[in-house]
Amino acid sequence: MTKQATAQKSNVAELSAGKPKRIEEHIIEVVSDSGEGAQKCGQTFGTVSGKMGNGVWTVEIIPAEIQPPARSKEGASGVRIRLGSKYMTNMGDQADLVVALNEQVLYNRIENRAFREGTVVLLESKWGEDPQPQIREDYAKAVADFKERGLIVHELPLEKECLKIVKNARKGKNMFVLGMLCRIYSRDTQRALDEISTAFARKGEAVIKPNHDLFKAGYQYAAENLDYHYEVPPEKEGIQNPTIVTNGNTAIGLGVLASGMDCLAMYPITPATSASHYLADVFHLTGGFMHQAEDEIAAAAYAVGSSYSGKTAVTITSGPGMALKTEILGLAVMCEVPLVVVNVQRGGPSTGQPTKIEQGDLLSALYSMPGDAPKIIMAPATISECFHFMITARKLAEAFRTPVIVLTDANLATAVQPYDRPEPQAEWLAAPIDQSEWDKNIPAYDWDEETGISPRPIPGQKGGEYVLTGLAHTKRSKVAYDSMSNQIGCNMRSRKMAAVATTLQKPEIYGDKEGDILIISWGSTMGAVHESVDRMRKDGHKVSNVHLRFLHPFEKDLQEIFSKFKKVMTVELNYSDEPDAPLTNDATRRYAQLATILRNQFVMDIDCWSIVQAAPLQPGVITEAVLGRLEKLN
Amino acid sequence: MFGLKADWSLDVQDRYFTIEDYEGAQPRWCTGCGDHGVLTAVQKVCREAQLEPEKIVNVSGIGCSSRLPHYMKTYGFHGLHGRALPFASGVKARRPDLDVWVSTGDGDCFSIGGCHWVHAMRYNVDMTVLVFDNAVYGLTKKQSSPTSPCGLKTNTHPTGAFLPALNPLTVTLGVSNVSFVAQVVDWNPLLVYETIKKAHAHRGTSFVRIIQRCPVFVEDVHKEMQNDPSQILLLKHENGIPTNEAVERIYPNSVEHDPSDWNGAMAIARDESKVPCGLLYHNPDAPVYDDWSNVGLSMSDEDKLAGVNKALDSFSI
Repeated sequence: MTKQATAQKSNVAELSAGKPKRIEEHIIEVVSDSGEGAQKCGQTFGTVSGKMGNGVWTVEIIPAEIQPPARSKEGASGVRIRLGSKYMTNMGDQADLVVALNEQVLYNRIENRAFREGTVVLLESKWGEDPQPQIREDYAKAVADFKERGLIVHELPLEKECLKIVKNARKGKNMFVLGMLCRIYSRDTQRALDEISTAFARKGEAVIKPNHDLFKAGYQYAAENLDYHYEVPPEKEGIQNPTIVTNGNTAIGLGVLASGMDCLAMYPITPATSASHYLADVFHLTGGFMHQAEDEIAAAAYAVGSSYSGKTAVTITSGPGMALKTEILGLAVMCEVPLVVVNVQRGGPSTGQPTKIEQGDLLSALYSMPGDAPKIIMAPATISECFHFMITARKLAEAFRTPVIVLTDANLATAVQPYDRPEPQAEWLAAPIDQSEWDKNIPAYDWDEETGISPRPIPGQKGGEYVLTGLAHTKRSKVAYDSMSNQIGCNMRSRKMAAVATTLQKPEIYGDKEGDILIISWGSTMGAVHESVDRMRKDGHKVSNVHLRFLHPFEKDLQEIFSKFKKVMTVELNYSDEPDAPLTNDATRRYAQLATILRNQFVMDIDCWSIVQAAPLQPGVITEAVLGRLEKLN
Repeated sequence: MFGLKADWSLDVQDRYFTIEDYEGAQPRWCTGCGDHGVLTAVQKVCREAQLEPEKIVNVSGIGCSSRLPHYMKTYGFHGLHGRALPFASGVKARRPDLDVWVSTGDGDCFSIGGCHWVHAMRYNVDMTVLVFDNAVYGLTKKQSSPTSPCGLKTNTHPTGAFLPALNPLTVTLGVSNVSFVAQVVDWNPLLVYETIKKAHAHRGTSFVRIIQRCPVFVEDVHKEMQNDPSQILLLKHENGIPTNEAVERIYPNSVEHDPSDWNGAMAIARDESKVPCGLLYHNPDAPVYDDWSNVGLSMSDEDKLAGVNKALDSFSI
């Protein structure tokens, strides 16, 4: 337990029944075996809270297997909801209150440092009376252990209570728990009942009614038996602007629709596939087609083929899939075929940790291709940006005739948050395929000397006939047998990146423009980093943050921004050597990925702090790490 | 004929294409290479069908065969080793108006592209696939290929290839939803032309294995067959590849084979004592992938925006 965690203990003081206690925010978890509906419970709770005007950030807790053993640590399935008065940008630190449907799954969360001293655990008590002596013994041992760890455990007969209403409590306990949570956090019950009706609308009244009854029973039970009763008033009551709630993968799918791309080629891979699932469901709404290819290579090749024939296509994958797509992306760079590639990063190397977050694919996105293969690399920082970046990526790909890699991660993929509903514009849609006659005198790569940019002939354009080739080629796309053509081609492709850079803006500085430490971050960690910066600044530390959206080329004026700080360091979720690790010195230390390229680009001593522990960054963890660096600085 | 309709005096097509309209760069294949003849046949088929050059896309992988797009004056896609089929499928995905051709080889298609080969046959995208099978890797200078005969001495198997050669016909015929499988030898120009013409006319993936000579590295592989036409089994049928008396005189062994008969095709393909030449299998009714991939092409921007809004609204709170 961290120092900071103990300090928060007072947040969950037990209260007498009656008037709810006002709080700014709480972190709630519902954990169970998979298949018990904990996620449904959490999502509904999140939606109800979002509709009330609260800030909400929801993260799924996903086991690696479809049917993991019951009552096991590795089988933990569920959801974390961070509920607050203000807008929420990340999953926060340790949980304040947990509902657990068995005691073993809690060990998973303990291992993930999800709890602190004083975290309240509402635990299903039926295991204490299980017919199997081993289960009774495990249960008793665990409860004693939880208390030992400082958790406040309440054993509740959830199953018994549910059996008063339904025959099979496994199918419905989640709604009972939802009722409990809605009472504890003073949620709008009518909204919750409406959500349940919507969720089960297809199944009809026969299913809706018992779920409503379970919800009401849970609410009643909490009111009569639990002293926890809070109020989390939203800053502004209700929905202010038109708002939608999605996870990042769905946002990517929506972005693909809104961008006017009409071909997705994919191969199933965790944690990217849900974006494709979503598009498979809705792509017909914009006339698009999703191709499930025979492998990752074929998916990328299909997308490149489709892009070559007119409109920009997209392929969505994760790290191991990117490894396979490498040769196709190299071709797309070489032949200047616009293409959007989404990499929902997971833990690596190799198969790594399929369901877990990591930001480990930045260097491979940049450098994995043979030869010099520059391309645009972007990383959305929020779920809303997952949507908007797809439109930007398509436009950049077409304007600069290049692949664009969009790096998201498992955290953005599965986290759920309310955000402003985008208002789709006609200009976001891809233009129709140009079939006008092509001036024969203009070669297939009519490179502008200054920018490297050239217009692209599309099959069907009379006079534009050319043979695209991955071999070194001339302006006319003829196989180059001379010594200079390859040099010129490389120059032009590289110059395009310099041209892209001229279109980018200076990034915003979060905090003061000068100070002791500047944290540089990228991707899904922004919310946690900002919160950490807020805390440190509140304590008088001179810490600021720059969060990068473009990793290649970089946004403007970074060097100037860096120069105003005593120390510049990245905070990332990929591997780096700690400076004091055994046998590690300046000559051998391996830096985090963004730090590596920043050091290289700006020839500055940029430090880094990074971990690869299969979980999103918590603001408290960042604060501790940065304060450690700050201590050494002063 | 010659692109003019019978009532030519009333309705003359405004564009008429000659062989020259399909001729790209001067081919750089070796003298005596079988690829030259195939290229000529492809150009003749294009001319015969009066295809607009700008609507043709010749896709290829890597290898000698895969240089073909450079020698055509059309759009071309000379991609990566083994990947011609998925590239070609992607080109066709949203462009039903394009005429897509694939040139690939025994290494490109059956070895590094093996996975794509099987699946492309099943997708049955409307395209014409020509496999130039010379039983050796030529461009990389004489390594064994999957179809190298057992015992063939190559740079990778200097004492002779260990394994029996892969039979591409049985593999292709074995794939569900395969719709057109033909085989021909490169040294009979008439048969090559007629086979490619029939393949091009088929809607779906037409797979044509062209047994082809590489005089530089494995001159002997097909020598015997060339000198002894009785090793070839000519497949004849009114729905098959048209032949004429001259062809039938050259090949004394022939059989009436109905290309709709899959079992018969498989039996012919499995019998390796003879090299079948002609149309082994043809199912014009096999589902074509384009019928799915083309859906939604004509949607207006207004309808697309309405679709996006509908999708967004389902997440509104």
